[in-house]
Amino acid sequence: MQTTTALLQVLSSGIGTGAVYALVALGFNVVFKSTGAMNFAQGEWVVMGGMVTALLIGTFSSVGLAVVAAVVLVGVVGLLSERLTVQPLKRPDALVITLVTIGLSIVSRSLVMLVLGKKPVGYAGFSGNTALSFGGVSIQSQTLWIIAITLAFLVVMHAFFERTILGKALRAAAADREAAAIVGVNVGSTVLLSFGIAALAGALAGAIVTPLTLASYDQGAIFGFKGFSAAMLGGLGSLPGAVVGGLALGLLEAFGSFYISSDFKDAIAFAVLLLILFVRPSGLLGRADIVKV
Amino acid sequence: MASIEAKTGPMTHSRLPQRGLSRHARLALVWLALAAVPFVVPNAYWISLANLALINLVLIASLNLLMGYGGQISLAHAGFFGLGAYASGILNVRYGVPPWAGLPAAAVVAGLGALLIGIPALRLRGHYLAMATLGWNAILVVFFTQLVGFTGGPNGLLGVEPFSIFGHALDTEAKAFPLAWAVAFFVMLAISNLLASRIGRSIRAVATNELGAQSLGIDSFRTKLAVFVLSAGMAGIAGSLYVHINQYASPETFGIAPSIMLLVMVAIGGAGTFYGPMLGALIYTAVPQILLDYEDAELMLFGLGLLVVLILFPRGLAGIPAALTGLVRRRRA
Repeated sequence: MQTTTALLQVLSSGIGTGAVYALVALGFNVVFKSTGAMNFAQGEWVVMGGMVTALLIGTFSSVGLAVVAAVVLVGVVGLLSERLTVQPLKRPDALVITLVTIGLSIVSRSLVMLVLGKKPVGYAGFSGNTALSFGGVSIQSQTLWIIAITLAFLVVMHAFFERTILGKALRAAAADREAAAIVGVNVGSTVLLSFGIAALAGALAGAIVTPLTLASYDQGAIFGFKGFSAAMLGGLGSLPGAVVGGLALGLLEAFGSFYISSDFKDAIAFAVLLLILFVRPSGLLGRADIVKV
Repeated sequence: MASIEAKTGPMTHSRLPQRGLSRHARLALVWLALAAVPFVVPNAYWISLANLALINLVLIASLNLLMGYGGQISLAHAGFFGLGAYASGILNVRYGVPPWAGLPAAAVVAGLGALLIGIPALRLRGHYLAMATLGWNAILVVFFTQLVGFTGGPNGLLGVEPFSIFGHALDTEAKAFPLAWAVAFFVMLAISNLLASRIGRSIRAVATNELGAQSLGIDSFRTKLAVFVLSAGMAGIAGSLYVHINQYASPETFGIAPSIMLLVMVAIGGAGTFYGPMLGALIYTAVPQILLDYEDAELMLFGLGLLVVLILFPRGLAGIPAALTGLVRRRRA
């Protein structure tokens, strides 16, 4: 009985962390789909989401409003970042964009540090710092919020990509830039849009996880790597893959640190990740790349 | 779908020195000029920076071999640097092995570390080496930090002996300079010779068009694996130099962040150019020193500088002369 309780406890915390990773991975995937580049700035938007929410809570005196405002604000930062750094590139190939996002991540991190300070910030969970008990298994109420908000965001994203003309244009441009341009899709603006969505998803992840972890300017890289790993694990560029990869990574970490060693938590997660990738290179849900000769 | 690996075309227009002096004579001349550094700089602190720059040069030039010429992205170069540093340092501190024996051991250990991850990862195309090496570097850092009994953990590895020649310890920056200078020369010479050899041509052929290279009978997997292992081995040599010159090593020197910065420095210097890494090493060593005065704004200025160079000169600083002559020619035409 004791072990079942512990198991469920670890499971719930793994799913909570995994949901956050899934959001970060989703952002990562959207930019990857539209540019072919690895976006190193993704993690910085997560930190911005948390820190800006903390700043706005004082002004708005409502957590919900502060979260929405912060996420929108960071989304605008994502749009601006693309206009200022990616759009001016003369030959925007994947490698150059990847390198540019490294520069972007450094500038974003120092901006956060200079404007919002070096101290870690936090705020109470959306229903206070309460824990709910289900037959001996105690779960942080914020974990439930994280799962619910992530689910809601995924539903909205799915509807956006499947139902709206803008979402369809984005998918068309990701599938084939030239063909999309021929049928009238403004390919340049789809890259802009993908940065906006990626920043939005990252900021949302930051805003909902900060009550559990605090946010500080130097955490961006870790979030970015976790998101990248989750994206690879699920299958690069696949949106359902981001969800599966994020959850798998969150659970791996939770169980690894519980049953083996919390000091080696990251090493265990990465080792399993590498093993999975060597067996299934295209990720859990990714389709194998068929290279035509 | 655009993949990073597939788009290395413009980076592989490598130009080994051809006109005038032979490539060996050029390299020797450059290194003779570098030999003057300890005599012209004002104090020992500057010599320590020169040593660091030479170690960084070995790191960036070896990563350039893999990335600029080989078209592969590794995010574990600092990890291999660390494998070399800890191999050489631990052999010395825990088992009393002299640094001269540690140097080749460092190259072998780092090379093996690359072999282990390269065999599964390089069979696949696209982002897999980048991803696998990122994960591998993360795993290595956990081990550097947690195996306290061997590595000293977060407090670092203390009590590493310096290199010595005939019982005479190279224990000051000025005494260590000739060693770093000579090792960096031999690494550059090795890279130059490798690129001019049949293997070097295979490396570039595979980077430019893997299928085309295979159709000519080049084993692309073996070629990629060889260049990856060689590049990591050179990073291991840099690690051994680093640990015995500083007589200390700690895990944060070998993390993912330095791996990413090394990658950026290859691009800033000019990926796929032979002397580009010298610019990269100079910037990687000097800029943090120059920016020290700006305290908190340091990171911001560094990032902005990076963006400006990447946006204006996507082929790196070594590509500026070519870009300028191209501009002049277009004006005349």
